[in-house]
Amino acid sequence: MGEPVIQVEGLYKNYDAVEALRGVSFNVEEGEVFGLLGPNGAGKTTTVEILEGMRTPDRGLARVCGMDPEKSGREFKELIGAVLQSTSLPDKLRVKEAIELFANFYRRRANTDDLLKRFQLTEKRDAFYGQLSGGQKQRLALAMALVNEPRVVFLDEPTAGLDPQVRREIYDIIEELKGSKKTVLLTTHYIEEAERLCDRVAIIDQGRVIATGTPRELKHSSAGTTRIEVRLAKPLTDGALAHLDGVADCREFDGTYVVHSTRPPQTIVALVKKLEAESNELQSLEMFSPSLEDVFIELTGRRLRD
Amino acid sequence: MHNMWVLTKARIRLAMRNRAFLFFSLIMPMLFLFGAVMMFGQSSRTWIPYILGAILTFTVMGSFWGLSVQLVTFREQGILRRFRLSPAGAGPMLASSILSNYFMTLPTVAFEMIVCRFAFHMTSWGNLWAIFVLVTFGSFAFSSFGLIVASVTNTMQETQMINNLIWMGFIFLSGATVPLAKLPGWIQHCSLFLPATYLATGLEGAADNLITNHEAFTDVLALAVGVLVAFEISRRLFRWEPEAKVPRNAKLWVLAVMIPFLVFGAYENIYTDRLERIQKDFHSLQMREVMAGPQGPAAPH
Repeated sequence: MGEPVIQVEGLYKNYDAVEALRGVSFNVEEGEVFGLLGPNGAGKTTTVEILEGMRTPDRGLARVCGMDPEKSGREFKELIGAVLQSTSLPDKLRVKEAIELFANFYRRRANTDDLLKRFQLTEKRDAFYGQLSGGQKQRLALAMALVNEPRVVFLDEPTAGLDPQVRREIYDIIEELKGSKKTVLLTTHYIEEAERLCDRVAIIDQGRVIATGTPRELKHSSAGTTRIEVRLAKPLTDGALAHLDGVADCREFDGTYVVHSTRPPQTIVALVKKLEAESNELQSLEMFSPSLEDVFIELTGRRLRD
Repeated sequence: MHNMWVLTKARIRLAMRNRAFLFFSLIMPMLFLFGAVMMFGQSSRTWIPYILGAILTFTVMGSFWGLSVQLVTFREQGILRRFRLSPAGAGPMLASSILSNYFMTLPTVAFEMIVCRFAFHMTSWGNLWAIFVLVTFGSFAFSSFGLIVASVTNTMQETQMINNLIWMGFIFLSGATVPLAKLPGWIQHCSLFLPATYLATGLEGAADNLITNHEAFTDVLALAVGVLVAFEISRRLFRWEPEAKVPRNAKLWVLAVMIPFLVFGAYENIYTDRLERIQKDFHSLQMREVMAGPQGPAAPH
């Protein structure tokens, strides 16, 4: 394996009293889709923006294609493409003009018509940016990230705030990028996005990477448990379900008891007996196979969306 | 250079689609022109070139407003940070603001001159070369000042407040609104420290053929030095990000813009007879009006 395309070692960043990054480290290999998965405020955007050269770390090393993003200037910018989490374009700029405008800044340029077609924007080519829907704006942002046929693509929450249909369209585009062997760094707080799209994932929380691996490895590390989510008619005391047969872990989130069990049938039988004995009732019960959400809960004691 | 021209073309295209911009850059100066001629040019056409000079000054100084507001809007909306990711660069971004503004000012200037010449019967085009050079450097200078304001302010409200303060000083103390010769002596001396005075007196003199190319040179030089200093400072203070803080030394940098004008002002006050010349020119205009006698309205026939 050669030199990693993205190298991050011991990255620290403070915003006044807030510690945004506390020693973040990971590597991304050529052609890999790497996900930074974590809740809002975990430090994902700060990490990506340091790698894009838009922020200066207080400490630590950040390299993209062997270059220091902050100091490498034009050569670095020629190599990367990015979708920023918060950005915009002038309302009166047309879709085709936006792509052409940004393409003109680069030495290597993708064909504008091809990009419009690939991102299903051909019909909207003459529409003003201000007239586009959220999904169309995001597709345009993706098209603009590829105007220079970059080697490395940064996608900062590319599907945040989009409806499920549009989100799936964006997934298809990212899978296409994966197929074209581009190195992609993707940040997200959607579990399914990380599981579906990423070759490897780093789970990040409160400015620290708390786990790294392929989605499969991370899920296996979740001790082969099944997640059972139950809602009850009467609330229970803390830890009341933790002693049931097969239960490895139990936490309560907004009235829902999330139980991780190594032997789900035995756990459910024990749960029903306990509820009968206490004259309590089961309002709902759902079972889930292990997901990255479970890994996150195990590691942090919180849900990703908390 | 390539990025600068690409951005300039895009900025012009965007401005042409902006109704507010078209109103303030094209229609409003024309309204000022017609209003000023109706108020002050009715008695004698001898004042038309002088009025034209003042209106051209307003048109050129308007660069100051549009650019600062546009840049702050772009920064607040996160538009600038998208450009930051590209190899566009801060220098080309700022230079494109100045150039696009200049190219959009020129047609207005030409239109104002044509209206004065043919509709208000101005007898000559004035010193065209001096007008062209003054408009060019004036536009560059005031655009650069606008960019500095945009760099040191954080919000649109703050930008507009500071713009208003500076604008008032520019229009009332430079001779663009009230003829400099009519202002109290101490204000006249103070006005020589303002960049707007060099533009206003230069254009008023050039429109009326009262100054030679050589005499316009000081005005152009003052504005040119202003352009260089202001552009470099705005480049240094430029911020792509809405949340980026204004550097602590920013205010000192802003004061540095004033240095060339302090030097020019001191020089003009001590070593030249600029104020006497302005008085003399204004007096000769008054005499010309008396000699010409009432000519009826200068409005279009």
